[in-house]
Amino acid sequence: MSEIAEKVKKIIIEKLGVEESEVTTDASFTNDLGADSLDTVELIMEFEKEFGISIPDDQAENISTVGQAVTYLEANVK
Amino acid sequence: MQLRRVVITGLGALTPIGNTVSEFWNGLANGVSGAAPITKFDATKFRTKFACEVKNFDPEQFLDRKEARRMDPFTQYAMVVAEEAIQDSGMDLATIDVDRAGVIWGSGIGGLRSFQDEVSGFAVGDGTPRFSPFFITKMIADLSAGYISIRYGFRGPSYVTVSACASATNAIVDSFNYIRMGKMDIAITGGSEAAVTEAGIGGFNAMKALSERNESPETASRPYDKDRDGFVLGEGAGCLILEEYEHAKARGAKIYAELVGGGMSSDAYHITAPHPEGLGAHNVMRNALNDAGLKPEDIDYINTHGTSTPLGDPQEILAIQKMFGEHAYKINISSTKSMTGHLLGAAGAVEAVASVLSIQHQTVPPTINHFTDDEGLDSGLNFTFNKAQQRKIDIVLSNTFGFGGHNCSIIFKKI
Repeated sequence: MSEIAEKVKKIIIEKLGVEESEVTTDASFTNDLGADSLDTVELIMEFEKEFGISIPDDQAENISTVGQAVTYLEANVK
Repeated sequence: MQLRRVVITGLGALTPIGNTVSEFWNGLANGVSGAAPITKFDATKFRTKFACEVKNFDPEQFLDRKEARRMDPFTQYAMVVAEEAIQDSGMDLATIDVDRAGVIWGSGIGGLRSFQDEVSGFAVGDGTPRFSPFFITKMIADLSAGYISIRYGFRGPSYVTVSACASATNAIVDSFNYIRMGKMDIAITGGSEAAVTEAGIGGFNAMKALSERNESPETASRPYDKDRDGFVLGEGAGCLILEEYEHAKARGAKIYAELVGGGMSSDAYHITAPHPEGLGAHNVMRNALNDAGLKPEDIDYINTHGTSTPLGDPQEILAIQKMFGEHAYKINISSTKSMTGHLLGAAGAVEAVASVLSIQHQTVPPTINHFTDDEGLDSGLNFTFNKAQQRKIDIVLSNTFGFGGHNCSIIFKKI
């Protein structure tokens, strides 16, 4: 697993209070990990803070699973 | 309209002198001080370096981590005492009519820690707003009632009352009124506060409201002592389950006491200074007695507002003497703030719990830290100095007065 993926996983475990085993690539924040709309906003903010980037709203709307977050960040974090 | 009777069937407490109702009573009966140097932040540069903090509190013992993280401490405290009170009431949540069950809570300030931290975070940044999506719901005072109603599925009225240090008493009176008027049958009521933060201590220090007796925190809260120099900031929560009498009887509930009266008044005088002749304080006690249909001679114990401030303490005593005349000498008076510190918007809640427990135990909790008589106060009065007193207690009056001149009093009766 990439360093980015490790960090993403850690943030999700911390913010959503879920078990590591639940944070699979296909896991949806809202359907599988119990996030509500506010949690989702907070996750995006944490990714921005952790990786020092800004994720535009139209991009953030497409990040709804663990895998999508990792793919987006791997492509956009320098 | 025939008003219904309202009784107390459950209690919860999280205070600087005990994290449960039984620990709280032990602290009260034994005259324990909750004051100590501040641990929540570095108070080195503050004029007051101590407070009455809640001790050994781990929110994750009561709430799951994600839930706890979404709440300001004042809401965490609210959840903990509500749970203790609901458990204590023995209520079967599956069988009650949740549309006739409400949550009316009190908080003077709300999420001060969250407000302070989020705004400070913004201030040190480059102007880019990076507020947490939970900032607003952690800060706004009503979310304490909101979370409690969500937790227990209570679908009747739910909101928070704000009247500074009278907040929780106003919440209790509102609950009382709705139940006795037939608008609901059950209320989770009380209040919580968590203002021991840089902004809380700094703000009250700027008003010169706090004791600065840093060399002896545990003796700093000394209501009615000649050398009192301000209040000691406290934090925590108290909860009462109010229930319509027949409803409580029908389910075989344990009944602690009856809530028989609530009074309100305003000083209409000054934002922080009490009325010099104790006018508002007198009127609120009169209104509570009238509401309860009681005579001054019926009162056995007054749990006073008594914050340990130079101006506030004597005006309340003046008002008591004017209200009760000769009977004032037969009443026990005590300020439990000498032990708990001043819990602001939660004060009325923990003092209501203390008042109910005083009836249960037939014991008046003391006004601790009395060293020197104040010659401005009538020494013939019984301030219950330093040691709890056992006596016959049928009826207790509890006073709370808030900045803004909001006064609220309630009366409990043995059942």
